[in-house]
Amino acid sequence: MAGRLTDLTIGQKRAIWAWGFLALPIAFYVAIRFYPTLEAFRASFTNWNIVGRMEYVGLANYARLAQDPAFWKVIGNTFAYLGLGVPISMLVSFVIAYYLDRVHFGHGLLRALYFVPHLTTAVAMAWVWRWFYQPPPVGAFNVWLTSLGLAQMPFLRSTTQALPAVLAPAIWAGIGFQIVIFLAGLKAIPRNYYEAAEIDGAGAWRVLFEVTLPLLRPTIVFLVVTSSIAYLRIFDYVYAMTNGQGGPLDATKPLVLKIFETAFTHFEMGYAATQTVVLFAILLAISLVQLKLLRSR
Amino acid sequence: MTRTSPGRVVAWTLLLLGGIVMVMPFAYMLSGSFKLNSEIYELSLLPREPTLDNYRRLFEKSEFVRWFGNSLLIGTLTTASVLFFDSLVGYTLAKFRFRGRYVVFVAILTTLMIPTEMLVLPWYAMARNFHWLDTYWGIAFPGLMTGFGTFLMKQFFEDVPDELLDAARLDGLNEFQVWWQVAMPLVVPALSALAIFTFLGNWTAFLWPLIAITDRNLYTLPVGLATFSGEYQTEWEMVMTGAAVATIPTILVFLLLQRYIIRGISMAGLKA
Repeated sequence: MAGRLTDLTIGQKRAIWAWGFLALPIAFYVAIRFYPTLEAFRASFTNWNIVGRMEYVGLANYARLAQDPAFWKVIGNTFAYLGLGVPISMLVSFVIAYYLDRVHFGHGLLRALYFVPHLTTAVAMAWVWRWFYQPPPVGAFNVWLTSLGLAQMPFLRSTTQALPAVLAPAIWAGIGFQIVIFLAGLKAIPRNYYEAAEIDGAGAWRVLFEVTLPLLRPTIVFLVVTSSIAYLRIFDYVYAMTNGQGGPLDATKPLVLKIFETAFTHFEMGYAATQTVVLFAILLAISLVQLKLLRSR
Repeated sequence: MTRTSPGRVVAWTLLLLGGIVMVMPFAYMLSGSFKLNSEIYELSLLPREPTLDNYRRLFEKSEFVRWFGNSLLIGTLTTASVLFFDSLVGYTLAKFRFRGRYVVFVAILTTLMIPTEMLVLPWYAMARNFHWLDTYWGIAFPGLMTGFGTFLMKQFFEDVPDELLDAARLDGLNEFQVWWQVAMPLVVPALSALAIFTFLGNWTAFLWPLIAITDRNLYTLPVGLATFSGEYQTEWEMVMTGAAVATIPTILVFLLLQRYIIRGISMAGLKA
């Protein structure tokens, strides 16, 4: 055996080392990532309450989903988070990054102020925002509104205001990340592009639309995709601000909370798996759009 | 570049005001945590009679201290595992030439496309079968290796010159020693960035611990905090104290390692 081992070429020995290094990780990825993925797809075609066996029902879960008004309600909410969250956060973070990029005095401090919310525990900050949203005399927002002579707002207690009220801290926590990425993108634009534009006599707006934004395209695509995915998966803030209910009257309930309820309150694991497949399909579609946008340049 | 025009001063002032608005929730959280219950309804940021009573009360509850410890333990173990395995796999994929290398790399990359929400149901079934529910291992096992970290580390190991590794081999080091003693010290900046992200990610993780744990003694900090509603109904100063204890460590980490964090995020964003 020893003689055999010394006969191996260097390349073969290296390959043995390589597979040795990879053995445990491969087992992990197969057992904890790939197998569960397949199981989720399989479960989506079954009736399964976790205790019993999976019982195949074909496409029944998908048919039920299509006719479930509660499902369409959460899909509507989820896309409301996306439709409000992505444009607002992109616009705000770009404007801040655009000006922050030109500031040298106190740059690090300013950037830190904007970035810190990104590192916080959502559940902890959800409490702070809940406190702000309370009716007077507890909640700061309502106290300020009253002192300005404006009407009080119900915020989390209203079916129309609750969703934006839950979204606000999510945006607040997310823009720090977007600003840092925008700043990195802005720094990567070569100075001479700006100099050339200046020589051409282009004004600030023309430089912005004809130089800065086109060159930032990969950054913008990356951020639109990552933030879209984040808002489609929103869960922590909603759970923590509505006591896990997604209320009032499901007004704030996103898809992930519905999945959580279906699986762990009603123990309809098969039906919940079907909902995760829908989530997966939506996220996959967005990632494919990203690839397409980045390639077609 | 350093001209000071009125427009710049206005822009700078607005940026500073915006930044102050951004940290207002922290200011109110901290000030609330030092206030007496009788003072909590006043909106002033400076407590009239600052008190540490809330912190004392919170830490006297052994539960809360346990939650803090649980989060610390799980964050540390997971981060150690991720640093070890993600860099080992990243190194192997970057520096070894063997058949099947590309397949392994692509397979690990595809796991980035699978949302956690899809995996938690099978993980729960698995953990239930193996009696991992309500154990530390049960909280930690899904995060012991990450596709993101592997990808990040692979990018950085590609820049390590092969000559250096070959020289170490001539010195008689085996492949494991070459990785651990020669290559690893060269990617410390990337390792620190990965360590920070992983630890913070686990410190704030909510969905899976919420599912995997029903025993209050094993709650992580976020899961424990989420149950505060029942306990401290109108004691907002206690809720703020709990929130502060969960948040202050991450802010301290940020202040200490700001440079690495910002650089790490920029790197990750540009390389992705």
